[in-house]
Amino acid sequence: MIDTLRLTAEEARALLERGDVSGAELRAAYREAIDARNEELNCFLTLVDGDDNNGVPIALKDVISTKGVRTTAGSKILEGYVPVFDSTVADRCKAAGLQLLGKTNTDEFAMGSSTENSAYGPSHNPWDPTRVPGGSGGGSAAAVSAGLAPWALGSDTGGSIKQPSALCGNVGLRPTYGTVSRYGIVAFASSLDQVGPVTKTVRDNALLYGIISGRDDCDSTTVDVPPVELPVAEDLKGLRVGVPKELNEAEGISAGVAEAVRRAIDLCSELGAEVGECELPRSVEYGLPCYYLIAPAEASSNLARYDGVRYGLRVPADNYYEMVARTRDAGFGDEPKRRIMLGTYALSAGYYDAYYGQAQKVRTVIAREFAAAFERFDVLVSPTSPTVAFKIGEKAESPLAMYLTDVLTIPPNMAGLPGLSIPCGLSEGLPVGLQLIGAQFAENTLFRTGHALERAIGFDIVPERLR
Amino acid sequence: MAITREDVLHVAALARLELSEDEIVRLTGQLNDILAAVGKVSELDLSDVPPTSHPLSVVNVFRPDVARPSLPLDDAFANAPERDGDLFRVPPTGAAEESSA
Repeated sequence: MIDTLRLTAEEARALLERGDVSGAELRAAYREAIDARNEELNCFLTLVDGDDNNGVPIALKDVISTKGVRTTAGSKILEGYVPVFDSTVADRCKAAGLQLLGKTNTDEFAMGSSTENSAYGPSHNPWDPTRVPGGSGGGSAAAVSAGLAPWALGSDTGGSIKQPSALCGNVGLRPTYGTVSRYGIVAFASSLDQVGPVTKTVRDNALLYGIISGRDDCDSTTVDVPPVELPVAEDLKGLRVGVPKELNEAEGISAGVAEAVRRAIDLCSELGAEVGECELPRSVEYGLPCYYLIAPAEASSNLARYDGVRYGLRVPADNYYEMVARTRDAGFGDEPKRRIMLGTYALSAGYYDAYYGQAQKVRTVIAREFAAAFERFDVLVSPTSPTVAFKIGEKAESPLAMYLTDVLTIPPNMAGLPGLSIPCGLSEGLPVGLQLIGAQFAENTLFRTGHALERAIGFDIVPERLR
Repeated sequence: MAITREDVLHVAALARLELSEDEIVRLTGQLNDILAAVGKVSELDLSDVPPTSHPLSVVNVFRPDVARPSLPLDDAFANAPERDGDLFRVPPTGAAEESSA
């Protein structure tokens, strides 16, 4: 009997290597869990019945192109789209023997923090189905948390791996920009998008990061990556942990979240780390405005390709320009339209310098502030999300309230920094995420820190209602 | 710097979006709210700060210029709404509101 709620990918791999279970049995166990719980949780948009591989199963966020398997990006404009090539990350998962379970739900074009912007309905949080799983990668996070997949891949532009991982009690890594190929990923904001693992443990996360990372000829922004070290140490001796004041005292951080994070920071000291305070005076205050200019600007350019000509939806019209405009009106939901409009405005004649140009300079300011902090510290810590999972519909009427949920994940993303979210306790019976931020290419430091904390915290990753 | 209905229509034309009346009204309000919030970036005097367009200090990535097989035509057309031989077929471009983007 395979307990998919508890089985880690590392354990699954060991079972396969010893011949205790077959790949087919493992797949069947996850399919059974999917059949039992997906109707309630809506994690999967497309299920795959089987492929040539027999390794550990995996779920992929539906912005990741998979040859022959429908890839919608959560949008009606790509409802019937079946890629004719594999993304590099899908290809690397295949080469590592992983078998694809299916494609997971996402806010449309990864734009959102709750999956409520998916054209295929929201996913639900396994800890409390009346609440959101976070977003945009809520489908991957909820699937891992509910035992519908041992691990999954997400993509993170402003926090779409870290925030859902926090809200569902998973371990989520947004890697350093340039460490994981974006080839075949449905583009949102190209200077920010990164693919990364969503897992039950830090070691699983390091294993999956090792599979997908590294230079790729098909993505010129990728670079060589230091060898991944599977974390073993259970102490933090010699580690310098910084607590950025602004990231820990930002307006909107709930008391329960602050308390759980405070306990985790105390644990860092108990495990032997040197803990000190630091400041990021402008990164938090100006990070969110900076992001909501740069990301929509890039999105407005990237989404220009959906024109009803080469693939995707086409709404017929007598004239080409009418066909394009009607196709885009019918195919895009509210959030992509809002961001296309915002981005187009920010890039338009007369406003470019004041908005987009100024935001690019703010980005430099943020990068410098983090660089100064990393002269003194190896890891920075903060909450991942200001609150635990919120109710479905709670923020649906206010785009700005939804944008604010990413206030703590965005600043490091603007600087291209890696961030690992690990569960650090409960508040109101729901998981709280701890954000560990590293210097560029310091994933191994994050894995080491996360692993030692994970052991010391002893968080039970299985949602209470499913135990 | 308030966004007017005319601004919304102009930007929608640039973005090739045909918006409904309802969407025009809603987006005018929402864009005003969002721009008021993100306009905060202009508070900072950053005249001496260079812009960042890319988070890594990587320049000019080269690979050998070797021809590789490209996508077969049938694959390239596999998702096309309308194919005409080896071409994508679209409605005529003439005689309409061509915008000057």
